[in-house]
Amino acid sequence: MALLEVRDLKVHFNTDDGVVKAVDGVSYSVDRGQALGIVGESGSGKSVSSLTVMGLTRFFSNAQISGEILLDGKDLLAASDEEMRHLRGSEISMIFQDPLSSLHPFYKIGDQLVEAIRTHRDVSRAQALDRAVEMLGLVGIPEPRRRVDGFPHEFSGGMRQRVMIAMALANDPKLLIADEPTTALDVTVQAQILELIGRLQNELDTAIVIITHDLGVVAEVTDEIAVMYAGRIVERAPTDTIFSAPEHPYTWGLLGSIARLDAPRGDELVPIPGRPPSLINLPTGCSFHPRCPYVREAHRRIDPSLEPVAGDSGHHVACLLNTETRKRLWRLLEAGTAPEEARAQVGLEDDVASPKEASL
Amino acid sequence: MTPLIEVRDLVKHFPIRKGVVFQRQVGAVQAVDGISFDINEGETLGIVGESGCGKSTTARLITRLLEPTSGSITYEGRDISHLSRQELKPLRRDMQVVFQDPYSSLNPRKTVGTIIGEPFVIHGIEYDTAKRKRLVQDLMEQVGLNPEHYNRLPFEFSGGQRQRIGVARAIALKPRLVVADEPVSALDVSIQAQILNLLRDLQRELGLTIVFIAHDLSVVRHMCDRVAVMYLGKIVEFANNEQLYDHPRHPYSGALLSAVPVPDPRLAREKHRQVLVGDVPSPTNPPPACRFHTRCPKFVAGHCDVEEPLLEAKQGGNIAACHYPLTDEEIASRVPTAAA
Repeated sequence: MALLEVRDLKVHFNTDDGVVKAVDGVSYSVDRGQALGIVGESGSGKSVSSLTVMGLTRFFSNAQISGEILLDGKDLLAASDEEMRHLRGSEISMIFQDPLSSLHPFYKIGDQLVEAIRTHRDVSRAQALDRAVEMLGLVGIPEPRRRVDGFPHEFSGGMRQRVMIAMALANDPKLLIADEPTTALDVTVQAQILELIGRLQNELDTAIVIITHDLGVVAEVTDEIAVMYAGRIVERAPTDTIFSAPEHPYTWGLLGSIARLDAPRGDELVPIPGRPPSLINLPTGCSFHPRCPYVREAHRRIDPSLEPVAGDSGHHVACLLNTETRKRLWRLLEAGTAPEEARAQVGLEDDVASPKEASL
Repeated sequence: MTPLIEVRDLVKHFPIRKGVVFQRQVGAVQAVDGISFDINEGETLGIVGESGCGKSTTARLITRLLEPTSGSITYEGRDISHLSRQELKPLRRDMQVVFQDPYSSLNPRKTVGTIIGEPFVIHGIEYDTAKRKRLVQDLMEQVGLNPEHYNRLPFEFSGGQRQRIGVARAIALKPRLVVADEPVSALDVSIQAQILNLLRDLQRELGLTIVFIAHDLSVVRHMCDRVAVMYLGKIVEFANNEQLYDHPRHPYSGALLSAVPVPDPRLAREKHRQVLVGDVPSPTNPPPACRFHTRCPKFVAGHCDVEEPLLEAKQGGNIAACHYPLTDEEIASRVPTAAA
């Protein structure tokens, strides 16, 4: 049985402007010792879905949450606030993007770690401090015995993120959620933190969910990737498959719009036209259709569901094009064909015009 | 051909003062510490480095938003390093800046039309409202905005569209030099490509010279003809695009390239990643001699921490400041862009 299983999770917020469908029917699972990457742009619902796993959206009075979140078979959505408080920080923990604002500026690093440990464990202060020192050593902070007496401002950005990771792992959680853990850091420090996360995952057998907008980050540390768009998962597959044989036009768009070091020099970037839709007023049919270069008339009416790709049960995609067409399109795109050209070559040109009007 | 801008031994130290009434200087942040380079007309020059390496300070010095502590900046043969505000005003037409954060760089109370049209008023070019509106709408069209949105306020636009407004404002006066300081790092990936392509197209159309500042090496590779790598206020390597990405010679450039996550799991597994230890030291008290020696994988005690390396030509034509530049074997095993 999977450690974490999310089934048809919906998180809607009632606002004065209408219902914001931040997460709209998301399902995924993570096993022990596995790492799942959730990739998406801002507003795709990737953070809201994991905040809900942590039980942090339940306090919003305007939030309507439905579905199931099973941790070791126990439904977290049905758990009481009291139960969630016990789970949070011990069974599941989370690290955030900005390590400066996640640490309290007035308290010593050691005190903050001790508090996190003693909240969940019946140990003396001295024992908790020993544990804090051990954890700081584990995440690669030099001289941890001395550094526990330091304040957050005395640490650099990378070191603060290490402290956050130490705090998150202090109670041996089964699941660690990392929300954009390296976005605020320099590349050299990002490499250090990614290496640390990879090493800890091997040593501690923790399940990890990494949320990011950077496909490069998840390429190296995850086993599986879920691509989110407008509150839904549009494609889910093992990491290698996402990069070698992606099937959803949005995933192609993401891959085509990043400047990458391993691409031949002079390759043109192919941006995705337009911008992400409003979550209050989602497009009809497939949510991606206004930006999709391969849209057909029917795609404006029919809402695709996430279904397994024929011949590959580990690969799910929510797209109305048939598998054969998708595979041909990806081969053309991979060979450097422009999206309009590829569309014509696979014989989609007889249908509606490409969505140029949506680009403004 | 004379370069558009020549920078020589440029230094900018920000003093750190103590005391309330009688302030005395107790130190200085050595943001930029003796850099020299040329910017040629029509090229895109990239400046890369980690936060705190002085790349934004360099940009502000070139455009004279800051006054240098010493050294010189020559624009078309004329020394502009210590010109007064009044003397600088005509130059401002030629040099424009696109900022990182499209949220804080636009006045939230002014309409887009006013924001983009303001340069025409400031420089006394077009006071006639109707004519100015036409100019602004042409600009909006040029950067891919709907000209009918002339009267909208910045909050009605997404991040990518706001950055387009920033670009339109920058090119309004047909400048010769545009300094883009991290123009895409605040944007979503799918939008980044739109802005990068826009900058490239505009460069071709208008013959712009661009100074492109970024920490993202893959974006710089995509955009720039030549690249300067900065570390703690110094240029450690200067090379053209192919040279830097095919065979970086400075160990810092090599480490930066090695650290970039590659969106290809197979390549990522093959590559031997070189992870730098520690953080960038404080620019108030930089390490002696080679500033990189505290983190350098090729550090040789008694040499690197005693004698400062000079910027000189290395194998392959790169100009790098290092006593022990990377060898071809080291490059092949660590750098994802190394020529196979």
